[in-house]
Amino acid sequence: MALDQRKTDFTQVGTRPNRPDGLDKVTGKARFGADITAPGMLFGAILRSPHAHARIKHIDTSKAEALSDVKAIVTRADFSDAIKPAPGLEGEQWNVLENVMAGDTALYDGHAIAAVAATSALAARDALKLIEVEYEVLPHVTDVDKAMAKDAPVIREGAADYSVPEGMHPNVVRYHESGHGDVEAGFAKADLVVEEHFVTEATHQGYIEPHACLAQLGQDGKGELWCCTQGHWYVQKNCAALLGIETSQLRVTASEIGGGFGGKTTVFIEPVALALSRKSNRPVKLVMSRPEVFRATGPTASTSMDIKIGMTADGIITAAQGTFRLQGGAFPGAPADMTAMCAFAPYDLKNVQQIGYDVMSNRPKQAAYRAPGSPMAAYAVESVIDELCRKLDLDPIEVRLKNAAREGTKASYGPKFERIGLVETLEAAKAHPHYSAPLKPGQGRGISCGFWFNHGGETSVSLSLSEDGTCQISVGTPDIGGSRASMALMAAEVLGIPYESIRVTIADTATLGYNDVSHGSRVTYASGLATIKAAEDAVAKLSKRAAVKWGIPEDAVKWEDGHAVPSGPNAGNFDPMPLAEITRDMGKTGGPISGHFEATPEGAGVSFATHIVDAEVDPETGKTAVTRYTVIQDAGKAIHPTYVEGQFQGGAAQGIGWALNEEYIYGEDGRLQNAVFLDYRIPVASDLPMIDTVIVEVPNPGHPFGVRGVGETSICPPLAAIANAVSAAAGVRLHALPMSPPRILAALEQQRAKTG
Amino acid sequence: MAPEYSTTGQGAGTPRLTVHLWSGLRRFADGQDAVEVQATTIGGMIAALKSAYPALAPALDAGVSVAVDGRIIAASLDEPLRPQNEIYLMQRLRGG
Repeated sequence: MALDQRKTDFTQVGTRPNRPDGLDKVTGKARFGADITAPGMLFGAILRSPHAHARIKHIDTSKAEALSDVKAIVTRADFSDAIKPAPGLEGEQWNVLENVMAGDTALYDGHAIAAVAATSALAARDALKLIEVEYEVLPHVTDVDKAMAKDAPVIREGAADYSVPEGMHPNVVRYHESGHGDVEAGFAKADLVVEEHFVTEATHQGYIEPHACLAQLGQDGKGELWCCTQGHWYVQKNCAALLGIETSQLRVTASEIGGGFGGKTTVFIEPVALALSRKSNRPVKLVMSRPEVFRATGPTASTSMDIKIGMTADGIITAAQGTFRLQGGAFPGAPADMTAMCAFAPYDLKNVQQIGYDVMSNRPKQAAYRAPGSPMAAYAVESVIDELCRKLDLDPIEVRLKNAAREGTKASYGPKFERIGLVETLEAAKAHPHYSAPLKPGQGRGISCGFWFNHGGETSVSLSLSEDGTCQISVGTPDIGGSRASMALMAAEVLGIPYESIRVTIADTATLGYNDVSHGSRVTYASGLATIKAAEDAVAKLSKRAAVKWGIPEDAVKWEDGHAVPSGPNAGNFDPMPLAEITRDMGKTGGPISGHFEATPEGAGVSFATHIVDAEVDPETGKTAVTRYTVIQDAGKAIHPTYVEGQFQGGAAQGIGWALNEEYIYGEDGRLQNAVFLDYRIPVASDLPMIDTVIVEVPNPGHPFGVRGVGETSICPPLAAIANAVSAAAGVRLHALPMSPPRILAALEQQRAKTG
Repeated sequence: MAPEYSTTGQGAGTPRLTVHLWSGLRRFADGQDAVEVQATTIGGMIAALKSAYPALAPALDAGVSVAVDGRIIAASLDEPLRPQNEIYLMQRLRGG
C-alpha cells in the first residue's frame, strides 16, 4: 500500500499523557477474563493426561455423570463430527483440535482428555476424579536432539510437510534452509573460525493472568464468548470451526488482558467451554490454574544450535553458518524458519547459510513468545561473535559496526534492506555513558544486537465523531501494550483535538471488520496506520461539511489544527471553523460523521536493537546479579515514549529471567517437574536493576508517522548480552541457558579443575 | 521501449520477472537459485510459479511472504510487480 504522505512534525505524538485505562486497572474496575459472569453460570474443569505419551483405550464418565451437580461432560467425541475447517485453517485444523482435546492418544503431560461442567468449581474438580481413563503408556521423548535420533518414538506418523528432505526422522516436521555465497570459501579467508554448540530450555511467556473464558452456546448454533485473548477474531474462527457453527453466529468479546507476549494467540479452553455450554444449555466459565497454564499452554521452543563464524584479524566476518534445531512440542509449528532467518540478519555477510529443523516431542505445543525464535538465535550467534572479539582483542561494538547491515545491504535471508536503524543503535550504544563506565572487580560487560521482522496483518478501524466534537474509536486489537493511548494520540494528531477528547474501545467481533491477532509487534504499526487513515477519512468529511456551511466548493477547504480553513482562489474569506462547530450541526449538513479504514498494511518494516549489560557473578554460589542494563532500540517513531520504554524494559526483564533462571524441567517420566511459580522462577523486583532506555528514531517508510513495531525486538538481544556479560565476569563461557547458579558453579569448578 | 503490462493472466505481453528462491526451495525448481516467470502481481507470480514448477506448489500453498525491493509483503496478492523489482520469496512470517 503506497503512502501518499509522511508526517514528521508533531504536536501530540511523542508526548506522554496518562493512559486511558490506567485508573480502571489500578482500582479493580477493569474486567479481565475471570471477571465475567452470567446468570445460571456453570463452572468447567478439564481432566488432563498424567502421561507424556499414552494411547487412550477407554474413557468411562458414568460415575461423574451420576453426580447431581454435574450438568455436562465432553470428550473428543463431542468435537469429532464438527471438523469443518474454516477458510485459512485447513492445514492446521488437526493440530488445533488435537491440542484442545486429545483424540486416540495423549501426546504430553497435561494434554486435555475430558471436561466437566458443574454447579460449582469444587464439584467440577471432584467430578474429574470419577472419570476413569484406561491408558496404554507409550515410549516418550522430550529432548530435541533425542527426538531426532533414529530410535526416537514417533509422535505422529506423517506429520512432516514437503520441506523435509528424505531420510529424516518422522519427528522432523519442517525444514528450512536459506543463505547465499560460499561459506566454505568464506571460512578459508578467515584468520579465526569459532564453532560452538548451544542449547536453550523452553520458557513460558509467564503472563500474570491465566487463560479464562465464559462461553454461551445454544443448540441453534448461536453463541457468545468472553475471553482473555490477543485475537478474538482468530478465536471466533477457530471455535466456530471446531464446534461446526457459522463464524458470524459466534460473537467474541476480548476481556482486558493480563499479559500475552504471544502465548494468547490461539485457543486452548475456549472451544471446550463452548462445547460444555452447548451440551448443558447453560453458560460455562473455565479458568486455568497456574499448573494447567504451564503444562498445557505454549512455552517457547527449546533449542539445540551449532554456530560457526569466521573473522579476519581486523574484525570482518567472512562467513557464518548456523544449524538450529527447535523442539516445539507434540505438534508442528516451532519457529525454526524464523530462528534461522533472524540469526544473522544484523550483519552484511557475503557468505552465509542457516538451516532450521522443526522437531516434535512429547511436550505441550509451543506458542509464540515475543519474536519467536529470534532470541535463541541471537544468543548463539552473538555469543560466538563475542568470543571472536575476545580472541582477536577487538572492541565488540566496533566489530558490529564494521559488519552492520545498512540500507541496501543484502539480508542474510535474501532481499536487500530498506531504511533501517541498526547502525544508529550501535552508535548510540558506543556513545552511551554505560559503555565507557568503569567496572568493579568481578563484574563483566556484554553487548548484543537483535533483529525482528515485525508484521502488518488484517486491520479494521472505525472512528465516529460526537456532536460535542469528541471522538470514539473502535479498534479490534486487544490492548496489551498501551495501544489505546497510542491510537488516541495518533487520531488526536490528525483531527487536531485533545487526546483526552478521544475514547478508544476494543470492539467485539460483531461490531467491526476482521482484525488479525495482536502479534508480530503489529498493533501500533497497523492499527495505528488504520486509525490515522480513518481520522483522515473523517477530516475529509468534516472539510466537506464546512464547505457546505460556507457555501464554497469542497476543494476550497483545508484542515489545520482542528479547524476547517478556507484555502485557494475559490475560497471566500471566512474565519477558521473548529471541529466542534461542524459536528454540532452535522445532522443538518448530511448526517453523522465517521471515518473508516480497512486494509492489510504491508510496510511494517524490520527493527533492530543493541543492549549493554553489566553482570556480577558470585564465585561461591554461582548466582548472577545484573548490575546495569541499557536498551537502545529503533522505534521508527515513538508515539507514546513511556510505553515504548516500557516495552524495552519488559523485554529486558523477561530476557533476564530467560537467561538466568527460567526453564521447563522434565523428569525421566516425561512429566513437567516445576509447574508453579515457586519452582519456575521468573524475575522479581529484587532480581532486576533499573533498566535504562534510549529510543532511536529512524522512520519506517511504510508508516505515515514512521512507526516500527517495538514489542518483540526488545527481547532479542538480552540472552546473548547477559551471556556475554556473565562470560566476561566469570571468566568462563556457558553454552546452555538458563545460566542458573548450579550451572555456573559447575562451569567454574570445571575451569578450576582444568587450571589447577 | 517501455515494457507492456497486462493486468491479468500471463499472455505474450506480460513482463518477465526474476524471482529469487530461498535455498531450501532449489530442489523443487531444478536446482535454480532464481527462476523467471511472467506476471504483473504477486498473485500472478505465484500462479505462474506453480504452473512452471509444480514441485513448488506445496511451499507456495503453505503460504509465503514476498520481499519486493526489500519491502516484505506478507499477504497481498494484488501487489504490483515489475521486471526491475528485486523479488524474493520468503517463508511466511509469524509473530508473537
